[in-house]
Amino acid sequence: MADKATLPLLTAVPKTEGGSPWLTKLRRTAVENAERTGLPGVRTEAWKFTNLNALKALEPVAATGTAEIARLPAFADLQAVELHLSNGTLTHADAMPEGVDLVGLAEPDDAPDWVSETLGTVAETAPHPFTAINTGAFTGGIALRIRKGAAVETPILLLVDTRSLEGAGTVAAHPRILVVVEDGAMADLVEVHTGGGAYVNNAVTELVIGKDARLGHYKLQAESGEAFHIAMTAARCAANSTYDNFALSTGATLSRNEIRATLAGRHIEYRINGGYLACGDQHMDTATFIDHAEPDCASHELYKGVLADRAHGVFQGKILVRPDAQKTDGYQMNRALLLSREAEINSKPELEIYADDVKCSHGATVGELEDDQLFYLMARGIPEERARAILVSAYVDEAVDHIQREPIRDAFRAAAAEWMQKNIAGAPAEGGL
Amino acid sequence: MALLEIENLHAEVDGKPILKGIDLSIEAGQVHAIMGPNGSGKSTLSYVLAGREGYEVTEGSIRLDGHDLLEMEADERAVAGVFLAMQYPVELPGVTGMTFLREAVNARRKAVGEEEIDAMGFLKMVRAKAKTLGVTDDMLKRAVNVGFSGGEKKRNEILQMAVLEPKFCILDETDSGLDIDALKVVSEGVNALRTPERSMLVITHYQRLLNHIEPDVIHVLAHGRIQKSGGKELALELEQNGYADFVEAAA
Ligand SMILES: Nc1ncnc2c1ncn2[C@@H]1O[C@H](COP(=O)(O)OP(=O)(O)OP(=O)(O)O)[C@@H](O)[C@H]1O
Ligand SMILES: [Mg+2]
Repeated sequence: MADKATLPLLTAVPKTEGGSPWLTKLRRTAVENAERTGLPGVRTEAWKFTNLNALKALEPVAATGTAEIARLPAFADLQAVELHLSNGTLTHADAMPEGVDLVGLAEPDDAPDWVSETLGTVAETAPHPFTAINTGAFTGGIALRIRKGAAVETPILLLVDTRSLEGAGTVAAHPRILVVVEDGAMADLVEVHTGGGAYVNNAVTELVIGKDARLGHYKLQAESGEAFHIAMTAARCAANSTYDNFALSTGATLSRNEIRATLAGRHIEYRINGGYLACGDQHMDTATFIDHAEPDCASHELYKGVLADRAHGVFQGKILVRPDAQKTDGYQMNRALLLSREAEINSKPELEIYADDVKCSHGATVGELEDDQLFYLMARGIPEERARAILVSAYVDEAVDHIQREPIRDAFRAAAAEWMQKNIAGAPAEGGL
Repeated sequence: MALLEIENLHAEVDGKPILKGIDLSIEAGQVHAIMGPNGSGKSTLSYVLAGREGYEVTEGSIRLDGHDLLEMEADERAVAGVFLAMQYPVELPGVTGMTFLREAVNARRKAVGEEEIDAMGFLKMVRAKAKTLGVTDDMLKRAVNVGFSGGEKKRNEILQMAVLEPKFCILDETDSGLDIDALKVVSEGVNALRTPERSMLVITHYQRLLNHIEPDVIHVLAHGRIQKSGGKELALELEQNGYADFVEAAA
């Protein structure tokens, strides 16, 4: 359903003529795709639970100017090298650890081959209008390469912040992130998205994970309460690799976090877990797509959602098992906890299996806090609000605990606890056994 | 004045009257036992005392140390000194035993305006108490009651009681699910908590527990009322004759 009126998101398209041929072609195709498709409407199956009218009503201008970015308290103690993207512009970069190359994407015409050869090859623009807009319009971002065999111990912490500066009105930013993990390399990337005021953050993170490589990729979406967060994470994994993905959403008035991965080799371990914590009138949409293209791969997916007040959660999870992908082991579960009668969840798990020798299961549950658990805590002297926060934290931590790296796990636990503190009150203290 | 005073207590669940006029008074330092047939209202009484929602008191009063318990929420009663070791301890996925205990102790301290407890000292204290009750370190690290055996759950309840040091303890069938050795260990743990200030209400079906934890008074509860009270000999009598007398008497 083309909706051309909404393409002002594209207003700031950089010139598509006169640059490097690869980039010109990439941008031109992307813009064509965006214009052909328009923004998704209510009849677009992949978006059927998420109404974009409020976003379409915006007339954002390209985000300009930059601001200092500070770490959220939950990440204060995390040992990491930092990168800052303010309104899409790389404003700060610590020295990268050995084996890591960093390239800014402000002027990608001059980018090295490993960038020009991979950018846009995983995040498809034809079926995904927002990805197309990002590809056509990105004015900045980063490309990271973890060199062959490099074992990078220190996590890379990418702080992405969007805000309207100098009275610019509602702004839109299209940060672009490319990560190439070469064969046998190992690294951890943490993305934290924050901002101020009303804006659109239309981010695309593209990942190419090589043979025998391991990437931990952890994302916190903690945008401002008036923000629109539309994000695409697209990964392609090669044989024997491990991709440990975790995403926690707490911010934005409307958010869509889409994560797509193609398991394009044998014996890949794909872990895709996450949580969504929403209150007030927030709308949070999580869409995941796992493409089992080769045999002997395992995917594990657990999402835990907490919806308070009038919040609306959406979870659409699809697992595709292609004919060749025998011995696929796929597990998917979405669990949502409704803390109020007005909160709502739409869950749509979907399995599409063309191989006959596979082990796949999926499910979705919706629940409320258990009275007997609440009573048990209160009968030990814990006030009701605190008791609720303890139970909700424990609920979410079940997903957070899947993060493989402990210091990062602790940071995400703290981020979830901060949300409890703010929105459920009296959250449990950190620490202990 | 007695530590606990229950007068003419009537309570219902889902509109169904369960307790139909209970009078019970327990002096500080005393241990009372309640026995009675299945479904007679023993657990209901324990929940009403602990302040569980859904148990509606329609008549009567409960006072602890002169304070009106019915005016308080469950957490406030716990802070005031009520402790219920449950017949069916609840599982708390994702909440470790240690966190649970620390939260409980700190909630209490906060309520009376004290500082949070020192983490290291607390850990040591809990471990020492756990050891005497046969609660392993592993159980403290695991989620509360999740995957615990029936007996492990009961020990865990008594550990909480030992850590929280309440004024008034209700033990609802703490003996069920315990093996012979565990019954001894747990009873010793309970006896160690007997002080001149602390009172207990022990609900059980079996005389055997009362050999270990010797009560001052035994009551027979049937049809929502205390039908008879007496000394230790009453338990032996019940062991012999069952509840036939009381069930028929009230029927
Ligand atoms: N939600 C409820 N709705 C209706 N009746 C209930 C409800 N909860 C409890 N009851 C009834 O209240 C009565 C007393 O139950 P209670 O658990 O107090 O018995 P009890 O004496 O502890 O029995 P037991 O020895 O088996 O533990 C039972 O008949 C029970 O079925
Ligand atoms: Mg009972």
